[in-house]
Amino acid sequence: MSVQTLLYIGGRLVKGAVVLLVIAVFNFFLIRAAPGDPAKVLAGEAGATDEIFLQQLRDQFGLDEPLYYQLWVYVSNLMQFDMGMSYRQQMPVFDLIMERMPATLLLTGTAFLLSILLGVAAGVIAAAYHRKIWDSVITVAALIFYATPLFWLAMMASLFFSVYLEWLPSFGMQSVGEDLTGWQKITDIAMHLILPATTLGLFFTAVYARMTRTSMIETSRLDFVKTAKAKGMKPSRVTTHHVLRNALLPVVTLAGLQAGQLIGGAVLTETVFAWPGIGRLMFEALFQRDYNLLLGVFFISSALVVLFNLITDVIYLIVDPRIELSK
Amino acid sequence: MNIFKSLKRNKVAMVGFGILFLLVIIAIFGPYLYDGSPWKMVQRPFLPPFQDSKFPLGTDTLGRDVLAGLIHGARISLLVGLISTAIALLIGIPLGAYAGYYGGWVDEVLMRFTEIFQTVPSFALAVVLVAIFEPTVYSITGAIAIVSWPPVARLVRGEFLSLRSQEYVLAAKLNGQTNRNIILKEILPNSLSPIIVLASLMVASAILLESSLSFLGLGDPEIMSWGYMIGAAKTVLRQAWWLSFIPGVAIAVTVLSLNLLGEGLNEALNPKLSGNREN
Repeated sequence: MSVQTLLYIGGRLVKGAVVLLVIAVFNFFLIRAAPGDPAKVLAGEAGATDEIFLQQLRDQFGLDEPLYYQLWVYVSNLMQFDMGMSYRQQMPVFDLIMERMPATLLLTGTAFLLSILLGVAAGVIAAAYHRKIWDSVITVAALIFYATPLFWLAMMASLFFSVYLEWLPSFGMQSVGEDLTGWQKITDIAMHLILPATTLGLFFTAVYARMTRTSMIETSRLDFVKTAKAKGMKPSRVTTHHVLRNALLPVVTLAGLQAGQLIGGAVLTETVFAWPGIGRLMFEALFQRDYNLLLGVFFISSALVVLFNLITDVIYLIVDPRIELSK
Repeated sequence: MNIFKSLKRNKVAMVGFGILFLLVIIAIFGPYLYDGSPWKMVQRPFLPPFQDSKFPLGTDTLGRDVLAGLIHGARISLLVGLISTAIALLIGIPLGAYAGYYGGWVDEVLMRFTEIFQTVPSFALAVVLVAIFEPTVYSITGAIAIVSWPPVARLVRGEFLSLRSQEYVLAAKLNGQTNRNIILKEILPNSLSPIIVLASLMVASAILLESSLSFLGLGDPEIMSWGYMIGAAKTVLRQAWWLSFIPGVAIAVTVLSLNLLGEGLNEALNPKLSGNREN
């Protein structure tokens, strides 16, 4: 790696850290902006009557100290991923989140891959049958999925595939009460994963399908494609080797934007399918008015997005070396 | 008007416009014409649709009229969608205009600020804001506006960046016009069409966002909304699927009609550009 590349990655790291710092400060002021005593806000409704606990919180966050000191304590704690305790669950917030992290990473990661694969495939098919029936079917389907609320789609999918057809489980991540191991366990989780991952990814499947279609049609009119056809190349090879490769560029740029959407959408999908991830944790925190936990989940999910953006930036750098390093 | 002419020729956009027009009528006059509170118990619970002509869409888990809920929900969905978009425009347009017009460090600072908002997972931010400030129609509208302005700022910045070196702007500068005047009277009117397109798509996403928030229980407890209706029917999905199905169709139809209209506007206003919601 050249010095330039390292500087670029270093710059991105600094940028990510600044974003997290700003979110930490934002969280701090949010607690103070909320109506009522900050200690009570942090404790949530259940803990607000326990004076000993409130005092404990005041000590921990330095709430009796001047504001700038409070800010310092809060931000420096957060930067070390110390987010205090969740009163309701009697556990450190960070541990609660980390316990749920693998489930969310599995769900969002699968949804991400599924949406790219399905979306690009649908876009390629629509472009190949431009102005024919398959093109219309895919375009209309993409329009509809683009407009439907994610949580509703998830509910309808579970109604159809779990309740009516009884093909797929609609609840949780593993079958309850069965001590499965090895392959059986993996297939069990995979079966539970299909509905949540597909519905979570469906919005972006629609976005990718539409983008790929437009960009395939545009690229196929360019001169180098005509040349390839004129020299007698097989049409299928022209599509895969010439058109698709170039048409994918705008799709790749969009992939970075998807991280935040997926993490946000996970709150809804995990709520509908009782998927034990951080989205579900956020819903539980909401339900129990456990604001410290809520803000913790918010901070960590932002950190996930920053991390994901960093990874995609580095991947672009490898895939497309033309990217401006100075930027 | 050219816009209306080319919009009229676009059949799909006109369908979207027609549905939307109908929805606006329902939202404004519906609650007066269709008598009935969406909160009152009027019949036995779980009355299926098309059974009782007095309650054509049946009743929910507490015996409340589903049709009344739909009509009242149309009002809140459209209202929150429109107002939050208006606020997002009021934040995004000045930020983008200043960044694009002045460039340099102003641009740098404003765009770094915008980038932070774009990085944060927007739905999670909206959830946190509404939860901490208590769910009311004001906090919901505000939260949606706060998470939706960054695309506006980026779009307006791009427009100003490309328009600021146009001859008519330079002429205005030589004329001694103030920066304020140039921004408001020379450049802004010329960058309105992409803003209008983006705004129509933003109303659609705001409606989706509002319904998602109330689905999670973050709706205004005083106001009946489509998302709330689906959330309340979530636990009885197996027994009474229509209770979640009907409001979901209402949301999808509203959002779809806005998207169709937005795309039609896009084709009418910028014939060369292809639609892209993300910017």
